Amino acid sequence: MIRLAEITRVFHMGDQEVRALNNISIDIASGEYVSIMGPSGSGKSTLLNVIGLLDRSDSGHYELDGTDVTDLSENERARVRREKIGFVFQSFHLVPRLTAAENIGLPLILGGIDPAERKSRVDAALDAFDLRDRAHHRPAELSGGQRQRVAIARATIMRPTALLADEPTGNLDHRIGAEVMALLEGLHHAGTTLIVVTHDRELGARAHRHIGMRDGEIVADET
Amino acid sequence: MTPLDTLKLSFSTVVSYRTRSLLIVLAMALGVAAVVVLTALGDGARRYVVGQFSSLGTNLVIVLPGRAETSGGFPGAALGQTPRDLTLEDARFVGQLPQVRRYAPLNVGVAELTAGGRLREVTVLGSTAELLPIRSMKLAQGSFLAHGSERSAQIVLGSALAREFFPDGTVVGQRIRLGDSRFLVSGVLASQGESMGFNTDEIAIIPIDYAQELFNTESLFRILVEAKSRNAIESAKAAITHVLKLRHDGEEDVTVITQDAVLATFDRILRALTLGVAGIAAISLAVAGILVMNVMLVAVAQRTSEIGLLKAIGAPAADIRRLFFAEALWLSLAGGAIGFALGHFGAWMIRLAYPLLPAWPPTWASVAGVATALLTGILASLLPAARAAKLDPVLALSGK
Ligand SMILES: Nc1ncnc2c1ncn2[C@@H]1O[C@H](COP(=O)(O)OP(=O)(O)OP(=O)(O)O)[C@@H](O)[C@H]1O
Ligand SMILES: [Mg+2]
Repeated sequence: MIRLAEITRVFHMGDQEVRALNNISIDIASGEYVSIMGPSGSGKSTLLNVIGLLDRSDSGHYELDGTDVTDLSENERARVRREKIGFVFQSFHLVPRLTAAENIGLPLILGGIDPAERKSRVDAALDAFDLRDRAHHRPAELSGGQRQRVAIARATIMRPTALLADEPTGNLDHRIGAEVMALLEGLHHAGTTLIVVTHDRELGARAHRHIGMRDGEIVADET
Repeated sequence: MTPLDTLKLSFSTVVSYRTRSLLIVLAMALGVAAVVVLTALGDGARRYVVGQFSSLGTNLVIVLPGRAETSGGFPGAALGQTPRDLTLEDARFVGQLPQVRRYAPLNVGVAELTAGGRLREVTVLGSTAELLPIRSMKLAQGSFLAHGSERSAQIVLGSALAREFFPDGTVVGQRIRLGDSRFLVSGVLASQGESMGFNTDEIAIIPIDYAQELFNTESLFRILVEAKSRNAIESAKAAITHVLKLRHDGEEDVTVITQDAVLATFDRILRALTLGVAGIAAISLAVAGILVMNVMLVAVAQRTSEIGLLKAIGAPAADIRRLFFAEALWLSLAGGAIGFALGHFGAWMIRLAYPLLPAWPPTWASVAGVATALLTGILASLLPAARAAKLDPVLALSGK
């Protein structure tokens, strides 16, 4: 359960003030499938970053799964991100030096999960995302679709309650993008909350709830 | 994140940035090797000098004419007096002192040695039978200037001289001519090479009386004294100074040096020198430290988006700090280890090239060199690591 109340995020550019989020209130229930759409600069990424505890709001309250997470310390926010949130980015953000398997296992290492458990979870993820034969390849040796599958495997390896995807298909061609969306939707079917920021109307329409943004405000919220 | 995982992950990072890592490791290794090699040289020189002094003999006290002090100087000097000579009589009085086990008066000069149809100038020492034990010299053949026979014309030859003048090997009992006098060879010294300026293989030793006659002098070059024990050295020195002052009309016109004091001085000077060169070499390590810091800062800048990613997937600031810290640790550990090996190899090469120089790196220097490498590496990583840990995750992810 994600509950934002009167969230405002202001950026200062010199003496100019940009209200990236302007007094936003929104509830997203566990297991929902939400798309966020809107013109460039409307605040979609900022909203996702606030939901994912990557960014702080300047005012307002944020309640995640029944706890107030507005004023958590940096360390506590890191722990919540590790345990409850999975991020998928447009540019994949894989560590170039690590193999696919190692990239997928990274959150487990950060979480201090013991090596035996790590191995079995990574193996399961490699199978689930059809990456078994790419396990020991580095990102540079993978196709775009494979890279995003690795990123999704990494985002879900800690079994988060919410998966936040910021234009996950932005760097992929249409067919591969559709495959990746199908994969994310599969995770939603398994019970994960799925929030997808996208410019693609067709992909956005596949969500069960559509949020429209403009100038830091929510201008549409349809199911 | 467990410490083991931190070390593993940072190790794989270090390995994958091969050129960068090699450069740092090289800089570190050269610094450590410099510390090890230079201290090996310094300490080798110290050991060499100390060894030379020790080979002079034990509990040695040396009396030489004239004041060696620079301040004040010999009181009579202003009046145009020269210091009084040291005489055999002086030596005899010194020998009577209760702190003295034995003594040997010493004269040095150069004379022409003729034997077996050969002729050449040699350094001649005039002394007594006591010279042998005082200087811890050894005989290869025959006898030294036998007790009670100081007045007989005996001569002892250094091993090189003996070989040169009597190549067939029968030396003892041969007659030779030194200047205008004839001598009977009574013994040959065992070869022992250079010792404090004298190559004992190249000298000839004759009784002191003959030497004084040969060089036409009453005064002694030195009196070598062996104190009864190590503890007696200082009181022997005082007693010698006292008795000679009495004999020289109250003038303190001799210098009494103890081997211990000379040794201690050289030891101190050369230790300071070694420490000095170690310090200079350590500066190169500090330079390597700056290099590490610079490279780590560049690494933080290059890997900004990766740091953002680590934060996004839940790495706390401490984990990120430790990752960079561990990278520096690996680099300086490798640099220290390779430098240690390189330095010891260098010292070994020096020992091969100069067998006389015991160029062994002192343990403290090896330890200090490696420790300094670790310390500079770790210190140099603190700022970059802190900078990485402080990055804002959103900005970092976008590479800013
Ligand atoms: N770190 C920042 N500093 C200053 N202004 C920022 C910063 N991050 C975002 N902004 C501004 O906040 C507004 C919203 O940005 P945001 O990235 O959320 O937009 P977006 O809807 O994701 O756009 P896009 O579709 O282009 O990704 C923009 O005007 C942007 O310029
Ligand atoms: Mg955006």
